[in-house]
Amino acid sequence: MSAPGIPFPSLATVALPEVPAAGSGDWPARIVESARAAAGRLPVPTPRDEDWRFTDVAQLAKQSYLVEAVPSDLPSAEVLRPLLLDEADGARLVFIDGRFAPALSDTGALAAGVRLVALSDVLSWGLGGSTADGDAGTAAEVRAHLARHVGFEADFFSALNTARLGDGAVLVADRDVQVAGAVHLLFLSTGRPAPLAIQPRVLVVAGAGSELTVVEEYAALGESMVFTNAVAECVVGPNASLHHVRLQRENRASFHVGRCAVSIARDGRYRSVSVNIGARLSRLDLNVTLNGQGAQAHLDGLALLDARQHSDSHTLLDHATPDGSSRQLHKCVCDGGSHAVFNGRILVRPDAQRTDSAQQSRGLLLSPKAQVNAKPQLEIFADDVKAAHGATVGQLDGDELFYLASRGLPAAQARKLLTYAFAAEVIERIPVRSLVARLAAQVMARSGL
Amino acid sequence: MIDPNAATLLEVRDLHATVNGVPILKGLNLTVRAGEVHAIMGPNGSGKSTFSKVLAGHPAYEVTGGEVLFEGRNLFELEADARARAGVFLAFQYPVEIPGVTNSAFLRLAYNAKAIADGREELDPLEFDDLVREKAKLVEMDPSFLDRSVNDGFSGGEKKRNEILQMAILEPKLAILDETDSGLDIDALRIVAGGVNALAAPGRAIVMITHYQRLLNYIVPDHVHVMADGRILKSGDRSLALELEERGYDWVTGARQAA
Repeated sequence: MSAPGIPFPSLATVALPEVPAAGSGDWPARIVESARAAAGRLPVPTPRDEDWRFTDVAQLAKQSYLVEAVPSDLPSAEVLRPLLLDEADGARLVFIDGRFAPALSDTGALAAGVRLVALSDVLSWGLGGSTADGDAGTAAEVRAHLARHVGFEADFFSALNTARLGDGAVLVADRDVQVAGAVHLLFLSTGRPAPLAIQPRVLVVAGAGSELTVVEEYAALGESMVFTNAVAECVVGPNASLHHVRLQRENRASFHVGRCAVSIARDGRYRSVSVNIGARLSRLDLNVTLNGQGAQAHLDGLALLDARQHSDSHTLLDHATPDGSSRQLHKCVCDGGSHAVFNGRILVRPDAQRTDSAQQSRGLLLSPKAQVNAKPQLEIFADDVKAAHGATVGQLDGDELFYLASRGLPAAQARKLLTYAFAAEVIERIPVRSLVARLAAQVMARSGL
Repeated sequence: MIDPNAATLLEVRDLHATVNGVPILKGLNLTVRAGEVHAIMGPNGSGKSTFSKVLAGHPAYEVTGGEVLFEGRNLFELEADARARAGVFLAFQYPVEIPGVTNSAFLRLAYNAKAIADGREELDPLEFDDLVREKAKLVEMDPSFLDRSVNDGFSGGEKKRNEILQMAILEPKLAILDETDSGLDIDALRIVAGGVNALAAPGRAIVMITHYQRLLNYIVPDHVHVMADGRILKSGDRSLALELEERGYDWVTGARQAA
């Protein structure tokens, strides 16, 4: 019974010698200290908490975890190649079990004015001002933004990740830089030894007027159980454009908790597509703050589940400033006995006049045992606001199925095609063609009978 | 084209059917031979559209009596998709919109499903593209419609043209056109009818279901049937349709009630 490792509630607070930056009193150490304190203070959420009503993390929380992966052979080129994106050739960081893998990474084709580095490297520069080995601009951005947006003081999982701050990806685009193609942040887990707890971290800073696309992807190389607790922070500068694709395809034994905090400055544009396909239990909290006049946010999501999978997406669109707009399309496809949850909160603060917001949530149930809980949550404190929302949950349309049958398509093929069409509306919003094709093939292979 | 020696394609005998337990078809008889063009006319609620959906295999319609033989074989042994592959085609009164599925992908899947059933080669997207562009000319359809989602945002006329394009791709033995003319202006009707006429062939039969005589000015039937209260009350040639136009349906349905 007594698995080796650290019991879940102590993951953030048990001191281990390899915890970085402790004791010196400088900036990252202070952040880690307060995150540890927060994680010690905050209770592990339970379904008695309104935000966790449909998602019970008891299974995850009753385990003990190891925190250091066993150094192992890196995946071969044959294993890695199908995971890479043509559009991100020469613009990728790869992490194995949360640790930066320089040998698998390639930043050789980055545009001038774009910095893509491992967080462990940045931390080793010692952000006190002496950045002899590093680059002062990147260090300053990290210091300005890391752990400033995610609100770890009030969220157990963000606190846990920040308390174990060690590695991750830092991407900075300078003012007015336009990045062709995409940047790929690929987090792979081997799950050796199991069960392993991994705390990946991502910081993306899109400078004023810049334009870039980033793919943040979590995938498993094996079948053993992993607990991934990822935190991303995205800063969209004035009039900048950031496309953020977040793809979760962990193995079916694993737990995945993700947090993403986004801050959009004046006239900035943030477009995200979050796809949850893997894990036995996953939870994503995407919190977007429109922090400047005329900011725009598009949040699209897709959960594609079967068997006993459970996936919960909570989004918050926080309209804090006037003339902002937000669009949201969230879709869930549930087969087998799977369960999808969507909670879309839209907050329009008193100053956010002339906000224009629209949210759509649609669930597709492919089996009588599948379940979707969708909840729009609008809190509007300004008086000149457009806020539309709609939520539907249903089965495949009988008229559409008959139409396809009447043209000779066998029932199983018709079901696949309609399921694909349902999911495709979200998938096709991903601005990376090779990823669209890969996901499309995956949906076709999985959906239907 | 009437050829008394042509093979019988469709034999409907004493067909009864219900929707949600309500009897709609009450003893319908009809024989269609290869190469013939039939028109079934009748007032609203006579059961015309139910008949077309029963033939195509819509699951909401329950057959409660009688039989339908297609090329001598019990049609009701086949599911809707198998009927289509066997050569039964229904042009829908209200074609269904399928957002997210491109017209070209849909047409190719349908073509290939039939090709597999017929033991022919499937076509890859490039080969199919040549075929579909050629067929699209039949209904004067702009190729840009092939890249759009099936019927999504199409006008009424565009949807009906898309139905005839599907017929051209699938080359059915029996095409049932359910109110294909309703809601079309004359120009659109002329295009749709032109497509249908171009597809007329000795081995193919066409059954038009319509409320309006106007369609028959463009697609000339060999046989005209008047349907009311779930069965065919009167059959004749082209002149029956003209007489109906002049005297109205009451002439047939009222005559029956008086009898």
